[in-house]
Amino acid sequence: MKITKYASPVIFYGFSGKLIPWLGALTALLLGVGLYLGLFVAPADYQQGESYRIMFIHVPSAWMSMFIYVVMAVAGAIGLVWKTKLSEILASACAPVGASFTLIALVTGALWGKPMWGAYWVWDARLTSELILLFLYIGFMALEASIDDPRRAARAAAVLALVGVVNIPIIHFSVEWWNTLHQPASVTKVGAPSIHPSMLAPLLLMAIGFKVYFVTIVLMRMRSTILLREKHTRWVNELLETKS
Amino acid sequence: MPDNPARSISKAPAPSLLRAAGCVFWRDLAVAWRRSADVLTPLVFFAIVVSLFPLGVGPEPNMLRTMAPGVLWVAALLATMLSLRRMFSHDYADGSLELLVLAPHPLTVMVLAKVAAHWVLTGIPLMLISPVLAVQLYLPGEAMGTLLLSLLVGTPVLSLLGSVGAALTLGLRGGGVLVSLLVLPLYTPILIFGAGAVASSATGIEAGALLSLMGAMLALALTFAPIATAAAIRISLD
Repeated sequence: MKITKYASPVIFYGFSGKLIPWLGALTALLLGVGLYLGLFVAPADYQQGESYRIMFIHVPSAWMSMFIYVVMAVAGAIGLVWKTKLSEILASACAPVGASFTLIALVTGALWGKPMWGAYWVWDARLTSELILLFLYIGFMALEASIDDPRRAARAAAVLALVGVVNIPIIHFSVEWWNTLHQPASVTKVGAPSIHPSMLAPLLLMAIGFKVYFVTIVLMRMRSTILLREKHTRWVNELLETKS
Repeated sequence: MPDNPARSISKAPAPSLLRAAGCVFWRDLAVAWRRSADVLTPLVFFAIVVSLFPLGVGPEPNMLRTMAPGVLWVAALLATMLSLRRMFSHDYADGSLELLVLAPHPLTVMVLAKVAAHWVLTGIPLMLISPVLAVQLYLPGEAMGTLLLSLLVGTPVLSLLGSVGAALTLGLRGGGVLVSLLVLPLYTPILIFGAGAVASSATGIEAGALLSLMGAMLALALTFAPIATAAAIRISLD
């Protein structure tokens, strides 16, 4: 059995359909346990009190926002090189999910910033590069939406994602440098170097939970895109007939 | 007008790579010369945007002086972005871009020639009129050299990165707004370093390190942007 056989939309559709319920249950379990440990079991922070608990949403979403962009760019590159339909579909399925995680990271960051820094928005290096990442996601989706032919759209968007992925480290470091120039050492960085296991455990659970959630949602999005793109093929019509 | 690129697909031996790139470069300059309004609009836009800032924030010299590097650089960014459509859209509309793709020469080099022409028509004029506008914003005289130098190194990067966006949006509805959405986030590093270099030399700090970093970005963009642009043109012409 070769793994490339799963690149066929028909086989992938059936296989992912079996996978989704399990992944969904795993997501619910991980997020449930993670949230319970984070919100009720983990002790209050000696400096930040209870408000640090937003970290259990904020930090995993920020991780996901960058992770998903890389997944998107790699899938786009594979699609460009081998012209595989499935990786094009994967890249376009990633974009809205990644943009949502970026937005969640920004909003929770703002809500966390209010009690900690006294302002919703601080031109902190990480916040700013997260904002630019959101713009990059929006650009990707806008480009894809404005091209009618889905395959051409996927390839154009893949080029953009690759340019973006090269630029993200440059943007990140330039923003970091810019911030230290403008307000030296006045920003209170929250990320403490050592974190207590009782806080680390829910954080990691949430991070894994978000990853599994991402896989579940992306598989679901990919399945509906496959149906849409292959709606004129026989297997989709047979599928629709048996369903109705 | 110099050699028509269409000739290279005839039976005659193809011109050398340098000669072909030179032809593309001079042709773009000649076309722009005959449509000079296209070239002047971004420059006038640059002047207007910079002149609007004092009207918006008040004529306070101290405030304008601290804002000057950022305002000049943001305006240069926007003016470049406005001119990006010119890079490929005429050639796309009349079909000569297709001939360029069919030509036996590597498309990356041809793209580089077109980007160079775009820079000569946008980046250099922007750089040349920037001191006049800088005086309007009370930028200290010591920073004038850095302003020119930072624009000299920075505007080619803007043209190179912009060429990717211009190629990706060829023939799309709402292309103009879309280009800005694609390109402006990518411009942030160059804005930070360009405005930072001018600001630091205005306060008497050596700006050499920042200009070197901009040079590094230019080297990076010069290497990779034409590849991405060529790929994008091929996708757009499909």
